[in-house]
Amino acid sequence: MSTNYGLAGLLMDSAQRTPAREAIGVPGGATLTYAELDALSDRMRDRLWHMGVRQGDRVGLRLHKSIDGVATIFGALKAGACYVPVDVESPAARGAYIHNDCQVKVVVTEAGVADEFEAELRQLGATPPILALDDDQRDRALAATLEELQQRDPAPAVPSVAVHPDDIAYILYTSGSTGKPKGVVLSHRNAASFIDWCSRAFEPVAGDTFSSHAPFHFDLSILDLYVPIKHGAKLVLFGEALGKDPLKLAATIAHERISVWYSTPSILNLMAQYGKLEKHAYPALRVVHFAGEVFPVPQFKAVRAIWRTPRYFNLYGPTETNVCTAYEVPADDPLDHVTTFPIGAICVPNLGRVVDEHGCDVPHGEPGELVVHGPNVMRGYWNLPEQNAAAFLKDERGRLWYHTGDIVTENGSGEYKYMGRRDRMVKRRGYRVELGEIEAALARHPEIKEAAVVAVPTADSGLRIAAFVACKTDQRLSIIALKQHSSQSLPPYMVPDVFQVVDALPRTSTNKVDLQALRGRAS
Amino acid sequence: MNAMRETLRTYILENFLPGEDVKNLKDDTELKESGILDSLSTLKLVTFLEERFGVEFEADDLEAGNLATIESIERLVQSKQART
Repeated sequence: MSTNYGLAGLLMDSAQRTPAREAIGVPGGATLTYAELDALSDRMRDRLWHMGVRQGDRVGLRLHKSIDGVATIFGALKAGACYVPVDVESPAARGAYIHNDCQVKVVVTEAGVADEFEAELRQLGATPPILALDDDQRDRALAATLEELQQRDPAPAVPSVAVHPDDIAYILYTSGSTGKPKGVVLSHRNAASFIDWCSRAFEPVAGDTFSSHAPFHFDLSILDLYVPIKHGAKLVLFGEALGKDPLKLAATIAHERISVWYSTPSILNLMAQYGKLEKHAYPALRVVHFAGEVFPVPQFKAVRAIWRTPRYFNLYGPTETNVCTAYEVPADDPLDHVTTFPIGAICVPNLGRVVDEHGCDVPHGEPGELVVHGPNVMRGYWNLPEQNAAAFLKDERGRLWYHTGDIVTENGSGEYKYMGRRDRMVKRRGYRVELGEIEAALARHPEIKEAAVVAVPTADSGLRIAAFVACKTDQRLSIIALKQHSSQSLPPYMVPDVFQVVDALPRTSTNKVDLQALRGRAS
Repeated sequence: MNAMRETLRTYILENFLPGEDVKNLKDDTELKESGILDSLSTLKLVTFLEERFGVEFEADDLEAGNLATIESIERLVQSKQART
């Protein structure tokens, strides 16, 4: 029985069943079979155990997208720990905050960035042991590093640890409205519920080749990582540089014969616009999933005009529930009279309701907040009791329903349509951005007296993030200096597009910052 | 006064730094490290360069360094023009 090893069991089972099949590859780089990936993650498990990682501990990752990253994830899971991936492209200070917040037992990173990261952690008073992979050893940095360590300080082999379904599998941090990222705690049960739904919804087979485009700290990665491995299929990793380069992306999808693609609409749009998609043939491509943000139908049609044959799924769900509703775009629908897609029906066995501000169901067709109950729903936020209390609605039977914060309508037959947000969260390239976190980052600049941030739609269906800042002195900050300050503490997708330096922020009659007025000025 | 540099400066200011004082965007201002150019604005800039200066970019041209500053963009475009 595999279930008692949780997510690691998916790999262990496939390695038993089909040891010689290709499990994972990097375009133009290394490939590992199931047996090899299983063995490498076993050695990582032994090393992490030797470094003190035990069941229930957190293992921090700050790694580029790589086979080593995947082996590290499975190594941590086999040790009974959960993994906490942070963005290697975001400022080290943000990653260090996250790893300190959840008190990781060990950090796995790359030699090239290890010193800076260690220094940031030390500033916060955290001194976890750091396993730095030798990044000169392309494609086999982990294997080489483990071999070298084994010579110096042998780690005895230990068995993989059985887990309970409610044990934590991973913690994914998202933007927090109070100015600090918050950790979404997800269990093996949460992940398994979603993975099993994927198996039913689009019937993956061992002959499939899945893309892994999203970084591991983004919850799209859960489908990418575990669905192919469960089914003995192949996973192709799209690294950070490749992932942003539309020309190379199109060529790679064709060349690697990707059959299941999953990304944000932004990336699909980027490929249709800049990727010269039509230059290649994609006979293997059979499923395209998109999620993370609204896909404007005209942009979708530009993709489908070239990729004519695959099935298209609009997957919806916050990190707290992973995908919880899904909509398959009808293949024969010309989409002439629609501007956005529905988000579709709830993913069974989860349940959805549309409620008003008092938690009461609204009539069919009326807008309200989508709340979700079921096995997909997170255990809670890491160490944030107040936000946990606010995140859930408790019904008369004591069941907890997660407040998505998304306003939807339901058409009477279980299909939901997304209408907007209840709060100040926006989506950028699929990432959640709390405007309050940007404001907090700006306010940390010593010259800034106060800052307010708004998001306004742009003509091409995108979003412009505009920051208004008032300075403490007459010495006005340059916009370049403001961009620089922002990019030192925020991930790239959170840096405002435009800045306006103002004498003072406009106020309403109740002395609140007049965001409505600022939105008017920003559009 | 160098025409290509001024064209670049104007384009970057108008599109990615609206409201910025022209004197703050220098020939050697770091465009990537300072957060002025991200992946999407880089693609927009490349499309502009291709159309304005009649050159074609290869995927490898976008590697770090080539588009680091106004100076280095000018060097890259000029070397492409010289090749055609």
